[in-house]
Amino acid sequence: MSPWNFFLDHRSEILSATLDHLTLVLIAMAFAIAIAVPLGMLIVQHRHLRALALGAASIFQTIPSLALFGFLIPIPFIGGIGRRTAIVALVLYALLPILRNTYVGLTGIDPAILEAAEAMGMTSTQILLRVRLPLALSVILAGIRTATVITIGVATIAAAIGAGGLGTFIFRGVAMVNDSVILAGAIPAALLAIFADLLLGLLERRLKVA
Amino acid sequence: MNAKTASPSDFSIELRDVNYHINDIPGRSIVSNFSLTISRGETLVLLGRSGSGKTTLLKLINRLLVPSLGQVLVQGRATTDYDPIRLRRSIGYVIQEAGLFPHFTVAENVSLVPTLEKWDTSRIAVRVEEMLRLVGLAPAEFATRRPRELSGGQRQRVGVARALASDPPILLMDEPFGALDPVTRTELQREFSALARRLNKTIVFVTHDVREAILLASRIALLEAGRLVALAPPQEFLRLDHPEVHAFTASLAVSNGVSP
Repeated sequence: MSPWNFFLDHRSEILSATLDHLTLVLIAMAFAIAIAVPLGMLIVQHRHLRALALGAASIFQTIPSLALFGFLIPIPFIGGIGRRTAIVALVLYALLPILRNTYVGLTGIDPAILEAAEAMGMTSTQILLRVRLPLALSVILAGIRTATVITIGVATIAAAIGAGGLGTFIFRGVAMVNDSVILAGAIPAALLAIFADLLLGLLERRLKVA
Repeated sequence: MNAKTASPSDFSIELRDVNYHINDIPGRSIVSNFSLTISRGETLVLLGRSGSGKTTLLKLINRLLVPSLGQVLVQGRATTDYDPIRLRRSIGYVIQEAGLFPHFTVAENVSLVPTLEKWDTSRIAVRVEEMLRLVGLAPAEFATRRPRELSGGQRQRVGVARALASDPPILLMDEPFGALDPVTRTELQREFSALARRLNKTIVFVTHDVREAILLASRIALLEAGRLVALAPPQEFLRLDHPEVHAFTASLAVSNGVSP
C-alpha cells in the first residue's frame, strides 16, 4: 500500500493522533514556560542559584529521551505509564532552552540602559519587569521556539510509554517494517514542527525592539 | 580651597575626604581624598582625562557607588542616610548615548520618573509636552516616536528632558554630548548653556573637553588620577600654573590654531 493510500484510509485516526500530539506538546510547553521563565528571572538576581538551575536543566537535556521516559516510569506520583509521565519528561526536556534564553535575554541588555534605569531611581523589581523583561522578550521567545520544536519531536517517543500521539504510528510502523505507517506519524510531526517554528518565528520578529 | 564663606545650607553637594577603591582594596584608588563643595544653582564641571575618576565621582553623588572612606552629602545629608531610590529620583541623570529605553516612546521615556512617582496622567501629559518644548522638540512630532527613530542629537535632547521631568534640584551629566558629531555637539552645548542659566539647578557636568568646560562651567574642577588638582572659574582656570592645566589648555591652543 502506498503511503498516500494509507494516509487516506486512516485520515481520521491520523488527525486524532495529531491532535493528541499537539495537546501533549501544548500542555508540556505551558508547564515548561511557567517554570523556566520565572526561574530565569530568579537566577538573574540570585547568583548562587544560577549554576544549580542551569546545570540541572542541562543534565535533563543530556539524558537520551527514551531513557528519560524509562527512568520516570517507576517514580511515584509523576511516573507510571501514560500521558502524565510523558508530560513530565517533555517538560524536563524543554526547560533548558527556555531557561537559558530567559537568562541570556535578561542579562544581555545594554549596560547604559540598565545604568540609566538604576540612576533614575527604579527599584530592581521595576528594572526587571519594565526594562529587562520587555527587552528580553524576543530572546525568550526564541528559546520557547527551540523548545517547542524539540518537544514536538521528542513527543513522538512518548508513545513508547503509552502516551499516544503521532509516535504511535512510528512505533507501529517500525514493528511492522512498514514505511507507510512510519510516515503517517513522521510527516504530520514534521509539519507540526515546521508550522510551530514559522509561527513563533513570526511572533519573535514582531516582539523585537532594536 | 573655596575662599567663599557660605552657610552649609547653601551647599547642594558636599564631598568630604572621599576615597573610592575598587572592591574596597585601598591600593586601587579611583578617587583619593577628594573634598569639594558645590553650591546651589552652580554648574560645576568635572574635567579630566579618561580614567581620572570623573564618572566615579558622579556615581558617588547619586549613590550608584558608596564611598570607601569619607562622606558625600546631598542637601546636607549623607547619601548613605538616604533611601537610594528616593535620592536618585531627586537627582536627574544624563549619560552619553542617553541610555533611553528602546521599547519606550519618547513620551514614555520622558515621563519615567513622574510615572514611578505616581503623578496623575493629566499632569504627566502636560509635563511631557513642557519638557519636550524645553529641549526644542515639537511634542506632536516626537512624543510617539521610539528612540531608534531619532538622530543622536535628538536622543540626547530626550535624555535631558527625561532627567528634568520630575524637576529635580540636581542634575548629573556624564559626557552627555560626547558621542555627537562636532556640529550637533556645538549646537547642543550652546542651547544647554542657555538652558542651564534659566533652570537654576545645581549641575555637575563631566567632560574631557576643555572647550565644553569653559562654555558651561561656573567653576571647573580638574581631576588627575582621582585627585582634585585645580578648582577655579573658567577664566581663572586658563591662567592657572599647573602641568595638568597646561596639558588641557595646550589642547585648546592647538585646536584653535593660536597660542593662548
